[in-house]
Amino acid sequence: MLSLSNTIRETGATLMVWTTAALITIPFLWLIGDLLWHGWPYLSLNFLLSAPQNAGREGGIEPILVSTGLIVGICMVVALPIGLGTALFLSEYTRNDQVSGRLIRGSLDVLAGVPSIVFGLFGNAFFCQALDLGFSILSGGLTLACMVLPILIRTLEESFRTIALDQRLAAAALGISKMATIQHILLPAAIPGLLVGCILGVGRAMAETAALIFTSGYVDRMPTSLMDSGRALSLHIYDLSMNVAGGNPNAYATALVLVGLLISINIVASWIAEQWTIPNQLQN
Amino acid sequence: MDHTQSTPELTQAQEKSFCVQSWRPYQSAQPCCKPISHIRAEDLSIAYHERLALQHVNLEINKGCITALVGPSGCGKTSFLMSINRLTDLIPSCQVTGQLLLHESNILAPTTNLLHLRRTIGMIFQKPTVFPFSIRRNFEIPLREHGLQAQSAWASTIETALRHVGLWHEVKDRLDQPAQALSGGQQQRLCLARALALSPEVLLLDEPCSALDPISSGIVEDLIVSLRGQYTVVIVTHNLAQARRIADHVALFWSVNGIGQLLEHGPAQKIFEAPQHELTAAYISGSRG
Amino acid sequence: MILFSNNTSSRSNTDRYFSWGLRVLSLLAASLLVLVLGFILRESWMALTQVGLSRFFTDSGWFPTEHSYEITPMISGTLLAAWGSILLAAPLGILSAVFCHFYAPPILGLWYRRMIELLAGIPSVVFGFWGLVVLVPLIAAWQPPGPSLLGGILILTLMIIPTIMLIAHSSISQVPTTYINNATALGLSRWAVIWRIVLPASRVGLLTGIFLGLARAMGETMAILMVCGNVIQYPSHIFDPIRTLTANIALEMAYALDQHRSALFISGLLLMVLVIIFVSIAEVLRHKTPYVVAK
Repeated sequence: MLSLSNTIRETGATLMVWTTAALITIPFLWLIGDLLWHGWPYLSLNFLLSAPQNAGREGGIEPILVSTGLIVGICMVVALPIGLGTALFLSEYTRNDQVSGRLIRGSLDVLAGVPSIVFGLFGNAFFCQALDLGFSILSGGLTLACMVLPILIRTLEESFRTIALDQRLAAAALGISKMATIQHILLPAAIPGLLVGCILGVGRAMAETAALIFTSGYVDRMPTSLMDSGRALSLHIYDLSMNVAGGNPNAYATALVLVGLLISINIVASWIAEQWTIPNQLQN
Repeated sequence: MDHTQSTPELTQAQEKSFCVQSWRPYQSAQPCCKPISHIRAEDLSIAYHERLALQHVNLEINKGCITALVGPSGCGKTSFLMSINRLTDLIPSCQVTGQLLLHESNILAPTTNLLHLRRTIGMIFQKPTVFPFSIRRNFEIPLREHGLQAQSAWASTIETALRHVGLWHEVKDRLDQPAQALSGGQQQRLCLARALALSPEVLLLDEPCSALDPISSGIVEDLIVSLRGQYTVVIVTHNLAQARRIADHVALFWSVNGIGQLLEHGPAQKIFEAPQHELTAAYISGSRG
Repeated sequence: MILFSNNTSSRSNTDRYFSWGLRVLSLLAASLLVLVLGFILRESWMALTQVGLSRFFTDSGWFPTEHSYEITPMISGTLLAAWGSILLAAPLGILSAVFCHFYAPPILGLWYRRMIELLAGIPSVVFGFWGLVVLVPLIAAWQPPGPSLLGGILILTLMIIPTIMLIAHSSISQVPTTYINNATALGLSRWAVIWRIVLPASRVGLLTGIFLGLARAMGETMAILMVCGNVIQYPSHIFDPIRTLTANIALEMAYALDQHRSALFISGLLLMVLVIIFVSIAEVLRHKTPYVVAK
């Protein structure tokens, strides 16, 4: 029991804190509930496997799923080697205080904060015009690769750093070359972290819209090559809701697909993180 | 309970303070003081996650005396200490059963005013923890919270407390500087001053010197001894030599079948010279624990 | 974490090619920022030389076809929406973190944090869509027209609360338990411990979260586009529609040519500089030691 003024203050604080939690939970549940309520009736296997008709009001999203997959695929194929190489370089070849490391990390940190619309502008200027790729899946994928790179490198570098010192010491004591140490000891041990980083990068790429508006274009037909323009899931939602009257039902369904994919990706990433890092730590 | 044997005559002045001021270490045959019970534990048990850590503790702690809780680690000494000011409430899995009485009112009752309890019973931890603010602010935060004095009285309260621990001359010119800039020993004395500023009756000390270097440790120890008579001190210590130097009463905890028990307790000279339990004798002599 | 420097260990050729290969890749990554800045500057050049930077603030209105390029209404739109949302999101986010740590039962706290992490992963276009079909009609029922600064602020608040909350949560976790134990032992009540000890001790982390949230709010495009109405004007109250810098670029890039297009690149450059300032402040804060550790 407390004195009266203390009781008032404590009760007030408790009320304030719980109200905050409710104030945030309610819109969240409302949003998810709304998506499910309005989107679920329009979701079906047919929806996933047929082409959009009537500007997307009817039909499905198959070409859009394909375009999205291609854009994200290109993004990861380009971002992964560069990201991996840079992360390895940062964690294995630079010390914390060296200029080269600080410069690279600093520029990547700044890049991580740049708004996606600015990346869209850059992608348009560089990939579409300067490299003459035009509005294409390739342009979109490359632009996304630039966006995803900073976060990817940060996550990958983290996973390398957590590998125990004694494994490196043992390798060095055996006279194993640096490259072999990396290839045979560090990389396999870092695989869970690498997987999580990749999966999160994919999630980030899939959620992106503003960077794609004027790099990969708006066309909702099935793409025949990487130089074709293609529409991503996020763009489709935007188009259906803002530009197409009566497009809301399919927009709901598409949003449900997108959110569902992203949630699954996050669950897989957390599961991997839990499953693999704990045994890893026990070994160390 | 060995302190109920016949007490020798004390002068009137000596009786006024609760313990004889110039009490000599345990070699003296006199018990230290006229015992007045301050805190009493009756059949106290503490469990974490339903597993008993301490059981059936019956202990009387006397007013104005220094009671040392000794024993090997893991016997529940710190748990017992933390139950006295209900800090065990912070650990969700911890359950305290039995009776714990402060002046005959039950500490463990749900109706206890916790904030008042923790003002009356101050606690110093093993790791000196000053808050990451200025020295002055370290005092002002608890003073403000308890609201017992007008703000104008704070400055003199802070000065009195710092003088009491011997820090005043060292820090009087930097009261507004970060408290964490002080050395470990100074920080621990600051923690003590911070608790004393609230005018407690009881002080709980959880191995207050073990994280300090030997010199600071000595200073803090002397400080603890100077508290005798004005405060009831309960100190957990691993250091038997320290217990010999400063304790009036000693309570030995031991782990029996994985559960902590109070093995033996009594006046310090009795425990160190003529322990009744063989384990006590073994622990004291260093051949066990 | 580095064990060996570059000139010890092995000198085999494979190692040398390998390390040079890594250096090349890293150089590519490092040059990205320069590349992005460079190309945006390149595209802005025409407007910079033909129009001049000052006219972006002194012209009377944004009428690209008539070569009038005032962007101040849109800057005000960006700032009002972002700062309005931070005013709401900062206390809500920090109190959420406090809720998770000190008030919620452990399981509830875990699921609440998971919910926030989920919220963080929802794409901005989905937020914008929900704002468009649910929030805007609600606002319109209260006060027409509906698409408005208020809508933008509310949606942005929902979007940046996760950023602030997750960073605040991690900062609060790093406050040593000894502080809390000591404060409780001194007789401070739960809220007193939080308000007087925990929050001040973690204030650097909280500020970092706020700056990052602000940067994110200023750079947000899709949700704002769908919810704010996109009318170029200085709003006289929160129910007025507004257009932000980001929405402006997104809407007009599709058909902008020559000078108009270049002007859009300049607004992109300005936005980038603005956001970079806030992100850099946040990064500097993040690397500052929050408090001196006791010796």
